[in-house]
Amino acid sequence: MAKNNVLLDINNLKLSFFTPGGEVQSLRDVSIELKEGEVLGIVGESGSGKSVTAFSVMRLTPYPGKIIGGSIDFNGKTLTELPERELRKIRGNEVSIIFQDPMTSLNPVYTIGNQIKEVILLHTDATREQAQKRAVELLTLVGINEPEKRLKQYPHELSGGMRQRVMIAIALACEPKLLIADEPTTALDVTIQAQILELMMELKEKLGMSIIMITHDLGVVSSMCDKIAVMYGGKIVEYGNTDDIFYSPKHEYTKGLLKSIPRLDTLEHTKLIPIEGSPVDVMNPPAGCPFAPRCDSCMKICLKSMPEYTTITEEHYSACWLLQKQAVEGDNHGKTN
Amino acid sequence: MEKLIEINGIKQYFPVADGMFKTKYVKAVDDVSFYINKGETLGLVGESGCGKTTTGRTILRLYEPTAGQIIYQGKDITKVNMLPYRRKMQIVFQDPYASLNPRMKVGDIVGEPIDIHKMAASKKDRNDKIVQMLERVGLNSEHANRYPHEFSGGQRQRIGIARALAVDPEFIVCDEPVSALDVSIQAQVVNMFEELQEEMGLTYLFIAHDLSIVKHISNRIGVMYLGKLVELADSNEITFHSLHPYTKSLISAIPIPDPKTSKENKRIVLEGDVPSPLNPPSGCRFRTRCKYATEQCALEVPEFKEVKPNHYVACHNLDACN
Repeated sequence: MAKNNVLLDINNLKLSFFTPGGEVQSLRDVSIELKEGEVLGIVGESGSGKSVTAFSVMRLTPYPGKIIGGSIDFNGKTLTELPERELRKIRGNEVSIIFQDPMTSLNPVYTIGNQIKEVILLHTDATREQAQKRAVELLTLVGINEPEKRLKQYPHELSGGMRQRVMIAIALACEPKLLIADEPTTALDVTIQAQILELMMELKEKLGMSIIMITHDLGVVSSMCDKIAVMYGGKIVEYGNTDDIFYSPKHEYTKGLLKSIPRLDTLEHTKLIPIEGSPVDVMNPPAGCPFAPRCDSCMKICLKSMPEYTTITEEHYSACWLLQKQAVEGDNHGKTN
Repeated sequence: MEKLIEINGIKQYFPVADGMFKTKYVKAVDDVSFYINKGETLGLVGESGCGKTTTGRTILRLYEPTAGQIIYQGKDITKVNMLPYRRKMQIVFQDPYASLNPRMKVGDIVGEPIDIHKMAASKKDRNDKIVQMLERVGLNSEHANRYPHEFSGGQRQRIGIARALAVDPEFIVCDEPVSALDVSIQAQVVNMFEELQEEMGLTYLFIAHDLSIVKHISNRIGVMYLGKLVELADSNEITFHSLHPYTKSLISAIPIPDPKTSKENKRIVLEGDVPSPLNPPSGCRFRTRCKYATEQCALEVPEFKEVKPNHYVACHNLDACN
């Protein structure tokens, strides 16, 4: 595949948390490619490694987490090898992040204005007056009324939706090439969520950035994303275009996930089909496919070793032995999924 | 159909200090009335702070209502001693991490309501009951000797449900019972609620902010906004033929997990935030965010009335919004 206009290339990333209780393998060979202007959704349940993936791009993995293998290339630079000083120039400048909880990610003792201007003063040569002007512009951009007044306020004086807008303003202060949004709307109400998602898509068009959207809400990814990566037990089990994932899912976990969510737009009452069992125990991940213990079509081989990725189309691949078996036997003609 | 529980004009005001000597009131629930039939599930949706949880708790008199009447099986229970009714009316809380005592063994957590209501004849009887309850929610007898921290979120919620079921209740308030759980686990718990209802003939008040789940489990749905019930109807009626402008925008804001539908879907994006319940707008509380608001909306509180059979709405300008 041609590597042109690839903005972010994560290659076989391995990341573990070394806790007193033992090693927690949070990411096991995660590879992601993101092109310029693309929106990638990472979905998965808690503990699947979706947030860790996002944080690792900025090398913000909290102690005792450590990258133990693989590489992250961003815009021609290998982030995994850069010294801390160089990294700081990239953080908040070329790559920005919006955290889940707008209540805790703003500093309560500084004004909104202070926190926005800090980013601008740090990364550009702007004077204080220029920074002030830019901060007003940014607040207007994210749809906050009376920006001059808001700049003098403290986070506790704003509502949740407003705070998340401020977070977005901070993230966009230096017009990043890549915006990572870690569950940006999970803490918000649906009507506010709709406002924020709309705003993010608008800004993406205006500024032409790429977005990585981390969420557990399949509804959110379906309306926003071009590509979706489904994570389970520290691995990407399926990756593809949004339509591929929703209309022809190949991995049993993706299929199960889609069947287990209630739909608002159906008249009749259909019973939900849950995925039985509990999420993976990250301390002792199974030897084979992480989903095998909960999978209805589990075979002997699934428990023993992890399947390789099977390419379905050029941009759709999945790691499942069922697909491998079909590929090996070559009898996938007459079979339907 | 027989009404199991009915509330009439329930008000719940919480005092907050305003300066040194003045007291202001947060009108968390303001004049809400509805009934639930036996064996039915009534869903209650709304955004955070709209008073849905407070309504649920007030019904059980976990808060004493400021005004209004709670009628259970034809008896006014607003002022009576609740102990005999506690056995019939139970609650499952939102946060399975905070609602179980970390120092108690699971067996004792489930056994406590049995002890309080003296429902076990002997120690053996008590243990049998506990095991039976745990098995009913998909756990087993061995789990009774463990502590809550040894369980996952989904399992803890099952323990919370077992505790509510232990006294053989008739009515359960489910206060956001699946919000804290992962998507794949949510379906397990929702299905369990449905199975238990069939088996034991339970009546639910199901409170959640996720309309997709509420619609799935409920027969009827009530929509709350800032302490008021704005619309109440059959669950399909609410999702497909809602009348109140707030319900409409709430439904359109929910992202649908289907790329084709969600890209075509026109969202009605509401401007601004929910006003503070300390100073709610006069008249209709939704008017500050409503495109159809007129002068009348600021002056008069709209009446909550039946506009179609079993479809109640509180709005002055239904013709304009539809």
